[in-house]
Amino acid sequence: MPKPKVAFYWCASCGGCEETVVDLAEDILGVVEKVDIVLWPVAMDFKYKDLEAMPDKSIVATLLNGAIRSTEQEEMAHLLRRKSRYVIAYGACAHLGGIAGLANQFPREQILKFNYEDAPSVVNEQKTRPQLSFAHNGHNPTLPALHHVVRALDQVVDVDYYVPGCPPTPKITSAAVTALLENRLPPKGSVIAPDIALCDECPRKASKPTNVSFTHFKRPHQMLMDPEKCFLAQGVVCMGPSTRSGCEAACTCGGMPCTGCFGPTSRVRDQGLKIMSSLCANVAPKEEADINKVLEGIPDPVGTFYRYGLAKSLVRRKVTLPVK
Amino acid sequence: MKPIVPKKHEPVRIGFYVCHCGTNIAGMVDVAAVAKYVATLPNVAVSRHYKYMCSDPGQELIQQDIRENRLNRIVVEACSPLLHERTFRKAAEAAGLNPFQVQMVNTREHNSWVHTDRTEATRKAMALARAAIDRVPHHKALEVKKVAINPNVLIVGGGIAGIHAALTLARAGKMVYLVEREATIGGHMAKFDKTYPTLDCAMCVLSPKMASAGSHENIHLWSYSEVSKVDGYVGNFQVTVRRKPRYIIEDLCTGCQECVDACVYREPKFADEFNLGLGKRKPVFLPFPQAIPPVTMIDPEVCLNFKRGKNPDGSHTVSDKCKKTCVEACGDRKAIDFRQTDEFKNITVGTIIMATGFKIFDAKRTPFYGYGIYPNVYNALEVERLINASGPTEGDLILRNGQRPKKVAIVHCVGSRDENTNRWCSRVCCLYSLKLAHLIKEHTDAEVYNFYIDMRTPGKGMEEFYNRIAEEGMHLIRGKVADVYPDLDDGQTGRLVVQAEDTLTNKILKIPVDMVVLGVGLEPHPDAENLRRMFNLSCSAEGWFLERHCKLAPVDTFTDGIFLAGCCQGPKDIPDSVAQAGAAAAEAMALIDKGHIEQEPNTAYILADECSGCKSCIPLCPYTAISFDETREKALINEALCKGCGTCVASCPSGSIVQNLFEDEEIFSEIRGVLAPVPA
Repeated sequence: MPKPKVAFYWCASCGGCEETVVDLAEDILGVVEKVDIVLWPVAMDFKYKDLEAMPDKSIVATLLNGAIRSTEQEEMAHLLRRKSRYVIAYGACAHLGGIAGLANQFPREQILKFNYEDAPSVVNEQKTRPQLSFAHNGHNPTLPALHHVVRALDQVVDVDYYVPGCPPTPKITSAAVTALLENRLPPKGSVIAPDIALCDECPRKASKPTNVSFTHFKRPHQMLMDPEKCFLAQGVVCMGPSTRSGCEAACTCGGMPCTGCFGPTSRVRDQGLKIMSSLCANVAPKEEADINKVLEGIPDPVGTFYRYGLAKSLVRRKVTLPVK
Repeated sequence: MKPIVPKKHEPVRIGFYVCHCGTNIAGMVDVAAVAKYVATLPNVAVSRHYKYMCSDPGQELIQQDIRENRLNRIVVEACSPLLHERTFRKAAEAAGLNPFQVQMVNTREHNSWVHTDRTEATRKAMALARAAIDRVPHHKALEVKKVAINPNVLIVGGGIAGIHAALTLARAGKMVYLVEREATIGGHMAKFDKTYPTLDCAMCVLSPKMASAGSHENIHLWSYSEVSKVDGYVGNFQVTVRRKPRYIIEDLCTGCQECVDACVYREPKFADEFNLGLGKRKPVFLPFPQAIPPVTMIDPEVCLNFKRGKNPDGSHTVSDKCKKTCVEACGDRKAIDFRQTDEFKNITVGTIIMATGFKIFDAKRTPFYGYGIYPNVYNALEVERLINASGPTEGDLILRNGQRPKKVAIVHCVGSRDENTNRWCSRVCCLYSLKLAHLIKEHTDAEVYNFYIDMRTPGKGMEEFYNRIAEEGMHLIRGKVADVYPDLDDGQTGRLVVQAEDTLTNKILKIPVDMVVLGVGLEPHPDAENLRRMFNLSCSAEGWFLERHCKLAPVDTFTDGIFLAGCCQGPKDIPDSVAQAGAAAAEAMALIDKGHIEQEPNTAYILADECSGCKSCIPLCPYTAISFDETREKALINEALCKGCGTCVASCPSGSIVQNLFEDEEIFSEIRGVLAPVPA
């Protein structure tokens, strides 16, 4: 029996997700043994035309990481969708838009201008910008165009499963791959991680009082944190209560608060709104001026509450931007 | 009717009804077009429009359709659910449907009454209908729960309204807590001399009621006390009352006033609040002779046994510098306690009646009338005290300069019916001004000029009263007073000139008078806003407490179990205040005697498997209905305590709290529905 074909692909991503696959360590050998990898740009050399030549649905599963920002990424997402039985959004960017999705706060032109002209580290007196195409020695090379906004994978193509995390941990990666190979798949659309918030598995849970009320917010670098006490009880924003568990509380065990990379539970449409609603309702002062003082401890609310989920939130983008 | 048991996976079958409400809705909304549009929407089995859905035939129409078309959801597009949600739920229930399968769409208050473009209003009616049609498939059958009601009643405010409500309830055997901010009950009425239209003496009718309220075994009378905290809900309010220190132990004081006589101040020296500063009292005093409770109090601001000034927390420190002749006089009764402090009482009541009254308009806000500038300008309440036999002059109407006025002007509508101050009519100033005119004439035989804008004398016996007073020879001048200024021809007596245009003769009048009486209007208490928050009430734009419905629920509020009586709801006279107090007492009794509250099943519950135990919700519940189950490490909602406010639902960071009737899918479907395109 031929081995099932599997593809790995990356879009707007940092490479961390690829790293996790490698982090499977010796387990990766088991995976490689059982499958036939047909595409993996970070590790192996394949040509897109080979992929195009494959029959539709001939790949069992594509694990795609990264968000969709460029025309090329969109095109590849559609191509892989056509060729694959299952498309799996792998990692926070494909799942929720990820850190890349924070770009949805700014118009494309503003981002390009900063990166090619205004950033302190840029030396570009001619203000050269990448062109979509140009003529050179009789050739006409082209570059993909950037969309106005960053999208999660399921805002572009139909997605079967999601493996959350920035990056997904080896444990949940293995669980997903095993489920796939053993054909023990959950209902379509599932996020392959527990559907309960992180507090459930956080060792600091018991130290959270029942009447937490915030008189201030501090960021981790601004204080010496108690290594065992609930972060929220210390006035440090922790996304744990609004974030899916499954990471085995990697960050909170490592001395840092949860930043929300596993995304919301299945019952929540907007992770940022939910945690804001919860934290703000528990702010101790009741007068506007005093409330504002407490909230000054969160200088970047979008980056704090929507670090991974802006593209998939209810607003998705700065309202003046186009939807794609 | 036997309940309809839905078959498994029975398809959703919606009956839709849009009401004409006579022309209230149909005048602005093309109801036939709405019904036609809704008939095309998914799951809709029946779509109709009808002249009056709330009428018996309207309700029967729904019931017949439920039976004949096996409807399992009902949407009624009509008026506010506050008015008729119960009507339609009951109608559906009578036909065997679970009442919570009914959804109302408010297309009257939210649409036809507020719009002027028929096409757009019709489209809005369609969009609102669509929202409900998309929502109801997610509705579930829910059960009404019964919770016992605490039979005790809190009445806030001891004026005539509060007293009357308290006595009514006490006579019916209910336990009443009557909380009054001042040292005595009686309110404004206790300050009046005589009352219109009968001219009977206010205290003659009020003091027996005050005395009964003070001695009734079913009434806990807490004067000089304020409500400081209210928690809970209908049937089970937890209330904290602050009993302010009067430095006299109420249970030990006999009201003999020997302490007052014995005070080191031989003569009364300090402004007497009850007489609006027109008289004087000692540091230890009884507010007025018929005060209830008949207990003296000590004013720590002026008593020599206290240090001057308040501490930052509002308390006063004992100096022990006085000879304390009062304590000596009190002797074995030992009723004086200089070290008294705030005492907090926690009580549980099932219902609350607000009877917090009003404040008279501060005439300094209309400076052209000279109040606070010219000593001979008085407000009406001050004149009530001056002509009152128990007032500071023992009923002799003497001006601040010691003279008896020969000519008096009474100005109606001071602060009322004016865009610059209060727009509303005080409802009482025409009649009390006529009454004062009569009393002033009776006491002094002065010539009295009444300046009015319109003479408003509605009510039983009131027009007759007006005719009677008019025949007594008053000058009734239809014209708004423009100015009051000193008479330049008179340097000594403080005589004033009242300038007004007589709009019946088109003449400018300048009338010299010895006294000006300002018919000040009524306005909400400045701290009504605090009370509103504490008791979770609504206010009208003017600041009066808002009744649930001006005609059909005039003493109910939007908070179940809290009722309104007297002027806190709006200006009214004594007969109306008493009538309203009786109505409020009856409404409270209707709840109490039923014995239980039927609780709307819009309660929240925790999805136990999904709750991560983050505890975010626990401190937020205003009803302390959420606790933490230490063994399972999850939150737990006590459904009997939950009032369905939704706070915990909105704040649950992992979406693990669900609220009946407000499930996410119901709300999102509604939003999608209202935003869906409708026919042009």
